[in-house]
Amino acid sequence: MSRSGIIQVVLFFVYLLVQVLLLRNLVLFNTAFCFLYIAFILLLPIETNSLILMLAGFLLGFTVDIFYDSMGLHALATVMMAYLRNYWLSAITPQGGYENNATATIAANGLQWFLVYSLPLVFLHHLVLFFVEASGFTMFWYTMLKIVASLLFTMSVIVLLQFLTPQRRRI
Amino acid sequence: MERLINFIYEYRAFFTFLFLELLCAWLVIENNQYQSTRYFNSSNQVAAQLLGFSQDVREYFSLRTINEDLARENAELRRDLERARQQLSLPLTDTARINQFDFVSARVVANSTHLYKNFITIDKGARDGVAPGMAVLGDGGAVGKVKSVSERYAVLISLLNVDQQLSGQIKRTNHFGTVRWDGANIMHTNLQFIPRHATPVVGDTIVTSGYSAVFPEGIMIGIVREASLKPEAPFWEIRVELAQDFGRLTFVEVIMSKLKSEKDSLELVTIGEPK
Repeated sequence: MSRSGIIQVVLFFVYLLVQVLLLRNLVLFNTAFCFLYIAFILLLPIETNSLILMLAGFLLGFTVDIFYDSMGLHALATVMMAYLRNYWLSAITPQGGYENNATATIAANGLQWFLVYSLPLVFLHHLVLFFVEASGFTMFWYTMLKIVASLLFTMSVIVLLQFLTPQRRRI
Repeated sequence: MERLINFIYEYRAFFTFLFLELLCAWLVIENNQYQSTRYFNSSNQVAAQLLGFSQDVREYFSLRTINEDLARENAELRRDLERARQQLSLPLTDTARINQFDFVSARVVANSTHLYKNFITIDKGARDGVAPGMAVLGDGGAVGKVKSVSERYAVLISLLNVDQQLSGQIKRTNHFGTVRWDGANIMHTNLQFIPRHATPVVGDTIVTSGYSAVFPEGIMIGIVREASLKPEAPFWEIRVELAQDFGRLTFVEVIMSKLKSEKDSLELVTIGEPK
């Protein structure tokens, strides 16, 4: 396995531990949740094969589910996001295309691009997650409030973390 | 055949996607069914130990409140003991009825309150005699039912779970209904199906009814905070403030009902399969 592969495996576990030990207990105003673990899928290198993306998404979501007692819920939402990620990436390719081995980060492509890239995917993830959890649309507006609040919280943490950690343009 | 294989290969990403999503959907639906003994939840050994470590750290910061709660509970128990001693002078004959319930104390390892379907993990499992379907009390009142157990841990379905239904009654008038959470506020739950002719008032105490044989009769659930009756509605709309603060749950007691299986099998014979 290459060096970057090993780094990704380590990152997988770091995201997982942070999510289940720390962020599981952190809920703002009873509505805003932080699902930082999906940043692992978002920030994988742009050329990552979509099969690997989905399998990683499934494993990640499934493990998070074990700790949240919500069998299949996070896995469902994360696999959905992982599947659509590459299509969305090619749809928003900047002029001249991506650089070789570029990562899908702010450092490589700029903040504006990153927001356009990640906001819809995170929103979709939360949409699927909360509506499947509520199993229907009976609490539509309350669920929407949770989705939007969590979207803001999760996105802020993902963006801030990228400014706080040293970034390389390629791994 | 070759074309078919080529077709599948070409769209392998989509088929993998379909397969994984169907698998997840099946897991979600399967998990919604009520009682089960399962491996992939937080009663799993590794997951429970990790969560227990996380809880240990958190508990360290709330030792003072835990102490206060335990002291208060001690006092209440002592008072109850005294009352029981006085009652002992009365003639008692049916020992099965007297020893109907057995209590096992357990520590909360993990607890969620902000989801629609909240669960609680405790550190007592099949080894200590805990089994799915048993009732659980906190220091304030009813907490939930056991959903699944492993060797040393158990997962409870909390009262703060939109799938959880509990038979409750108004202590003053003995009218009974169904206690069910609406998913919104962790301090409040709802009492449904109280008929029009009942007269609930704000401040009434809601306790468990004992019709399910899971909970003993008269366990505190909460206090009525709002009661309204719409002109055409067949039932009251009652909002109940929960007696148990689910935000800081540290120790709970599992109730083992010795007569439950007897009552259930009798009802099964006479009434039929429960819904």
